[in-house]
Amino acid sequence: MTTSKVMPALSLMAPALVAGTMAAPAAAATVSITIPRVNVAEYHRPYVVGWLEPAAGGAARTVFVWYDVKKAGRESGTKWLADLRTWWRKGGRSMQLPADGLSGATRAPGTYQVPLPANLAPGDYVLKVEAARETGGRELVSVPISVPVKKGGSASGSSELGAVTVR
Amino acid sequence: MRRNHILIASAAVAAVLASPASAHRQWLLPSTTTVAGADEYVTVDAAVSNDLFYPDHFPMSPDQVTVWAPDGSVGKLENPATGRYRSTFDVKIDKPGTWKIGTQRSGVMGTFKVNGEEWRLGGRGRPMGAPGAGGPGAQGGAPARRVENVADIPANATDVKLVETLAANYIYVTADAPTKTVFTATGKGLEIEPITHPDELVSNEEGQFRFLVDGKPAAGVKVTVVPGSKKYREAEQAQELTTGADGVLHVKWPVAGMYWINASAADAKPSEKRASERRMSYTATVEVVAP
Repeated sequence: MTTSKVMPALSLMAPALVAGTMAAPAAAATVSITIPRVNVAEYHRPYVVGWLEPAAGGAARTVFVWYDVKKAGRESGTKWLADLRTWWRKGGRSMQLPADGLSGATRAPGTYQVPLPANLAPGDYVLKVEAARETGGRELVSVPISVPVKKGGSASGSSELGAVTVR
Repeated sequence: MRRNHILIASAAVAAVLASPASAHRQWLLPSTTTVAGADEYVTVDAAVSNDLFYPDHFPMSPDQVTVWAPDGSVGKLENPATGRYRSTFDVKIDKPGTWKIGTQRSGVMGTFKVNGEEWRLGGRGRPMGAPGAGGPGAQGGAPARRVENVADIPANATDVKLVETLAANYIYVTADAPTKTVFTATGKGLEIEPITHPDELVSNEEGQFRFLVDGKPAAGVKVTVVPGSKKYREAEQAQELTTGADGVLHVKWPVAGMYWINASAADAKPSEKRASERRMSYTATVEVVAP
């Protein structure tokens, strides 16, 4: 991961933008992701990705991926997407990025809301959120859910991710 | 297949083929096996040593290394350098898919007699010239009489015992989604057909590879699987495994990390008519990630 060059104003607007561009019917569920504050001398915002896997197995569907979308040149921001190693194997490596409605800039510590896709077939899924930080660690959090979401669910990371809650 | 003319390498091949358990291991170590996008480099170390991947014996020569791109073209080595204990080189990974980088060598070695004196074919040391053509020339009772090529064996040679050797040593690097073009079997010698792709191995999932000899599943192939970084553990944790009746090897990975896989097989089907035996080895370094 590399230093995020997102402007402060954009960073504040980002959650609103995501919610705006991915407007879903009222019935659709939302996942909230907390990026914890990490007290280290050299901090870079993590790359974070969320995806859904059918509980019975099957193709992964990426819900969002936050990386350094603006960094171009010899070492573009996509270079470190493979550090999200589980997602990379589950399908990230076959995606064209940036992808409309899925990719966005890295986020500062805080809690962000992302709607789940409105057209999910009913059934059991596992929502997975993976984070990897330059000069930091990597963590994967799994939340089993049923669609349509009635009960929701929550799990928490211990280092690179805080609570991940579906409701 | 390239003929091998490099002394260090031939010694290493002899060591590997003579006994799979023998210590000197020839290895390639990529900086990574997985890259995002097709505009990246991998940098590779290549050496011969006992412990993996700790260079303390001899470098492997970059001259022997070939790069096979996913589209079937041949890539190139950049910045090759040979140090005391290891060599290094870079490969630009500029096409999506799985690349193969490594060495393929074949040769014939063995012994024969001329007028009751034993001669060697291949192996270590300098050739002494063909028997009769320049003579043995050994002074002071020194080295064994030796020739370089099968064609140099004189017509009056007796007790000709020759072994054909085939040795392959590869690493695989994948840009974006993995592909299988570089695993297309040539139908010659010992090869693998991945069931689990070598660039998507995970420590909590079993690795499965089908070994082929001349393109057909090979049962009973002996395979040594060794994780790197023995220095930082009590034991090497090497596994001695054998392929099943279907030629499939099942591997459980005790830890995440880089692994050296070395398979060997022998039969009596050499392509060299005067050889009686064929010894084949297949070596690969693979990366096993944590789940």
